Amino acid sequence: MNMRCTLATARRVLAQLRHDHRTLALLLVVPCVLIALLAWVFDGTPVFDVIGAPLLGVFPFVVMFLVTSVATLRERTSGTLERLLTMPIGKLDFLLGYALAFGALAVVQASVASGLALFVLGLDVAGPAWLLLTVAVLDAVLGMALGLFVSAFAASEFQAVQFMPAIVLPQFLLCGLLVPREKMNDVLHAISDVLPLSYAVDAMRSVTLSASVQGDVWRDLLVVAGAVVLALGLGAATLRRRSA
Amino acid sequence: MMNNSIAAIAVDGLRVVRGSRTVLDGLSFEVRRGSVTGLLGPSGSGKTTVMRAIVGVQKIAGGGVEVLGHPAGSSPLRSRVGYVTQAPSVYADLTVAENLRYFAAVLGAPSGDVGRVVGEVGLEEYVDSLIASLSGGQRARVSLAAALLGTPELLVLDEPTVGLDPVLRRDLWRLFHELAGAGTTLLISSHVMDEAVRCDRLLLLRDGRLLADDEPTALLAQTGTADVEAAFLALVEGESRNTTTVEVTS
Repeated sequence: MNMRCTLATARRVLAQLRHDHRTLALLLVVPCVLIALLAWVFDGTPVFDVIGAPLLGVFPFVVMFLVTSVATLRERTSGTLERLLTMPIGKLDFLLGYALAFGALAVVQASVASGLALFVLGLDVAGPAWLLLTVAVLDAVLGMALGLFVSAFAASEFQAVQFMPAIVLPQFLLCGLLVPREKMNDVLHAISDVLPLSYAVDAMRSVTLSASVQGDVWRDLLVVAGAVVLALGLGAATLRRRSA
Repeated sequence: MMNNSIAAIAVDGLRVVRGSRTVLDGLSFEVRRGSVTGLLGPSGSGKTTVMRAIVGVQKIAGGGVEVLGHPAGSSPLRSRVGYVTQAPSVYADLTVAENLRYFAAVLGAPSGDVGRVVGEVGLEEYVDSLIASLSGGQRARVSLAAALLGTPELLVLDEPTVGLDPVLRRDLWRLFHELAGAGTTLLISSHVMDEAVRCDRLLLLRDGRLLADDEPTALLAQTGTADVEAAFLALVEGESRNTTTVEVTS
């Protein structure tokens, strides 16, 4: 672990984003547009209040997954990763640098989307806004960590983009948003139990329904955080200094 | 043992296999400290693979590579060896200064280093330009500048002068010799044989095997040729004659 390398990497990734205005705009605007569209589609029904908060967690998850998987793939294909691996930087320093930069971005993204949902679109949640924001940021970080990991298995941008439906959509189908998890058959329920997005959505649901911050939320958040650490660890294991 | 303490690079029986193909087959050579050594050979001869093995990013099937007295790629070497890949490996969406500042931070190089290396490759007026807006040759020089950060003891440069205009090529070779004069060891690959005369020593590589390991003048004298291209051809022809003889006698 080398803090200097981690911070330098985070600064560098943020500098790259700063030069890429369109990506930055898309990252901030797309979740807002989607959440606004959702509020509009379900205007006059209670549906927005029920699924609004969980989707505030899902959108950043999806967007961050895509952005990071392509960003790290580019690092692999451009030769910059190979150069870095000949330098005194640890694999974990490199990944944590990315995590820090995209995590900071996730805070901004989730704040903007949550702020819009709560204060403009009138999303009604029983729990505190800071908890909603915490869950949304953690979901975004989860998407980022999974994106970092799967980018190791993609040889091209075409493949990396295909991992989105492969990794993200099954989690979306089974996370309890479409069908409550307790109503699923045993097989599907067991699968949904091991998918991290299920816990992210459970946490969001608790925030929606309960005014007090219960132990359940912390347990769910702990599971999501554990999945982030696991994905980052696996990602570090896929970075090999020596290749064929 | 004595030899090892003098050599910047000691390659011993290096074998690299990629898929079913043997890319390098028992390669052995040494590179003297403070020298400019040219690694020459046609495209596909294994030059890049040799260089990757020396910087420690190549999986090897046999043999060993020692760099500055340590196993190639081991952690004490990571701030002492500079490597320039054939394709410029810098971030296209950052400026020259941002790229160099990042690599300098990773290397823990002194703060004045970015300005120094920009001057050494002659890119002062492009410091704040995005890499994406630079020409191929300029990008290659940024990539070279990044390898000069922290003043490494060994520079491994994979075709650093390809596509550069003659004036720039001359300036870079002058820089390489200045660095060697200050004690840096340089291993420079090229498929342009006329760059060979600028090296102190030559390694001629073909199909993953060394054809020659000699000084340029000695190589020309031995083959009775006027330039390295002709010497290369003479060596290849001499080798195939030898092979034929072996086949006939066996």
